[in-house]
Amino acid sequence: MAKFNFTKILSILTITFIPNTIFSAEQIDPIKVDWSFKGLTGKFDRASLQRGFQVYKEVCSSCHSMQYLSYRNLGEPGGPEFSEAEVKAIAASIEIEDGPDSQGEMFTRPGRPSDKFKSPYPNVNASIAANGGAYPPDMSVLVKARPGGSNYIYSVLVGYEDPPAGMELDDGVYYNKYMIGNKIKMSSPLSEGIVEYADGTEASVNQMAKDVTTFLSWAAEPELEERHRTGVKVIIYLILLTVLVYLSMKKIWSRIDSEI
Amino acid sequence: MSEHEYKPKSKAGKWFNDRLPLLTLGAHLTDYPTPKNLNYWWTFGGILTFCLLTQIITGIVLAMHYVAHADLAFASVEHIMRDVNYGWLIRYIHSNGASMFFLAVYIHIFRSLFYGSYKSPREVIWIIGLMIYLLMMAAAFMGYVLPWGQMSFWGATVITNLFSAIPLVGDSITTWLWGAYSVDNPTLNRFFSLHYLIPFLILGLVVLHIWALHVPGNNNPVGIDIKKPSKDTVPFHPYITIKDTFALLLFMIVFAGFVFFTPNVLGHSDNYIPANPLVTPAHIVPEWYLLPFYAILRSVPDKLGGVILMFGAIFILFVLPWLDTSKVRSAVFRPIYRQFYWIFVIDVLMLGYMGAMPAEGIYLVLARVGTVYYFLHFIVVMPLVGLFEKTDPIPMSISEPVLTGGGAEPSLAKKDNGKI
Repeated sequence: MAKFNFTKILSILTITFIPNTIFSAEQIDPIKVDWSFKGLTGKFDRASLQRGFQVYKEVCSSCHSMQYLSYRNLGEPGGPEFSEAEVKAIAASIEIEDGPDSQGEMFTRPGRPSDKFKSPYPNVNASIAANGGAYPPDMSVLVKARPGGSNYIYSVLVGYEDPPAGMELDDGVYYNKYMIGNKIKMSSPLSEGIVEYADGTEASVNQMAKDVTTFLSWAAEPELEERHRTGVKVIIYLILLTVLVYLSMKKIWSRIDSEI
Repeated sequence: MSEHEYKPKSKAGKWFNDRLPLLTLGAHLTDYPTPKNLNYWWTFGGILTFCLLTQIITGIVLAMHYVAHADLAFASVEHIMRDVNYGWLIRYIHSNGASMFFLAVYIHIFRSLFYGSYKSPREVIWIIGLMIYLLMMAAAFMGYVLPWGQMSFWGATVITNLFSAIPLVGDSITTWLWGAYSVDNPTLNRFFSLHYLIPFLILGLVVLHIWALHVPGNNNPVGIDIKKPSKDTVPFHPYITIKDTFALLLFMIVFAGFVFFTPNVLGHSDNYIPANPLVTPAHIVPEWYLLPFYAILRSVPDKLGGVILMFGAIFILFVLPWLDTSKVRSAVFRPIYRQFYWIFVIDVLMLGYMGAMPAEGIYLVLARVGTVYYFLHFIVVMPLVGLFEKTDPIPMSISEPVLTGGGAEPSLAKKDNGKI
């Protein structure tokens, strides 16, 4: 293209750097966690996913629904990979309303792996009424629905603090360093030893936050491992094909007096 | 069509071709004399065809599983992502495909602006291209509404509300567009219907775009008229087909990088929150490819004025062939225009950035400066530079890139002779 000239370079520099210096935002960036599932070949930590499910089940699920997941997902490849028997047991421990039966009556039955995760409240209004006017968001795609993703969820879980001096908080409102606006209607959900991990891992707040965030990240992107695996293959294939086509192109164009 | 009449070899071929000359058309397309100096910026036409077909094919599959209902749309997208075999792949190709489509179309348009491809005798190709671009924006906007997330809903609200700025009948038109008294289920329904229709309109226009292209033939980096066929041209197949394939593969590697490794980076996280008419997102922003126009819209304090300027920013492109007074096509030989071209590129990028930022303070000031310059570029710079610029010497043919006696920047001319 036209040679690089001074105006052009200056303008590019201006656009690239001015915004970061003059207009820096005041919000605290979320903690950067070294997640095992980031990167081109990232995978979930299976044990962490299973522990994270336990935290979700015993803590989060009393208020937060996860309506797009089914119990069978817990046994699928790339997820917590509970055994078939474990998945059945997890599902069976939940009472699911079904029906109507042949008499027109609704009835309850033990859950099956094909059932969707049971929501804690019958509808959104009930969940708002039970939570002081704040709707505990559905957690199925929560990680994808927040700008900082996994880092943000983790940061909020460990970001509870006493409010700075002079800040008045209403009843049922808590201060959180990382929450957008710093005010959150959920009290700190995790406390030391609130769950007892089956695998003996110490249930510190950080550990639980990490585990449940891993679980939520999988819930939002259950295809992640397959996506990464397929992606690596696709790109290797494309690169090889590109090389072959490039060589063919060179050969074809060598017939005429022109460069490509 | 082609100068030498095509004769099918087989009897059956001749019988068919006499009744429907498809074989003649095929022969025309393969023999089509193409300037041999086309550089890689010319490969985006083929890439765009690929993008359109990809969107149509993935879109048809998605439509088999998607439910266009306000209560079910969000859940049906999650159903596609979780339960449909390779649904995540098809949806991510489709959603990232829209961005890749726009990336390619912007490169295609800016290539045309640099090499003067919109100028006589190619005005009709340019105008059909702009119609395609307009339809692409409509299709992309309506497609973004379909998942019925927060940005879908509020984006639709902001954009459809623009029509209420029209004096007297604005509110009636907006209600008519919505099919309701706000963005609601009927709006989603009709957007889905139109979103499915528009790609086929685009496909029809693409046929006209290529047909119109094949009348004068391709422009080229040197921007001069060439004899066809001659030693300056190569047959489209295999020379251009293989080169387009190579460029397409490079493009696909980038595309695959987005789809497999950062499939949501070009979208807005708010769109994974189901639409809620009672909660307005802090910042309503369109997809990246509409941001420059969004910045223009918001830079005007008056709503109607903003709408006029935003649409004007696109419609001014339709008269560009008559605003540009220069007799020389390629910016390679236009030292002054070349500078303004890059300033214009920077201006559009800056407007895009301002469109993503809140419309306040320094952002708003810069958006206004950018908007004014955008129009100045077309209304003042293009006509005046064409009249007063002293262009560099133009070669007689592609094979002799520099006129004997030397141009101002022979090295540049050589480099820009399509050999990147």
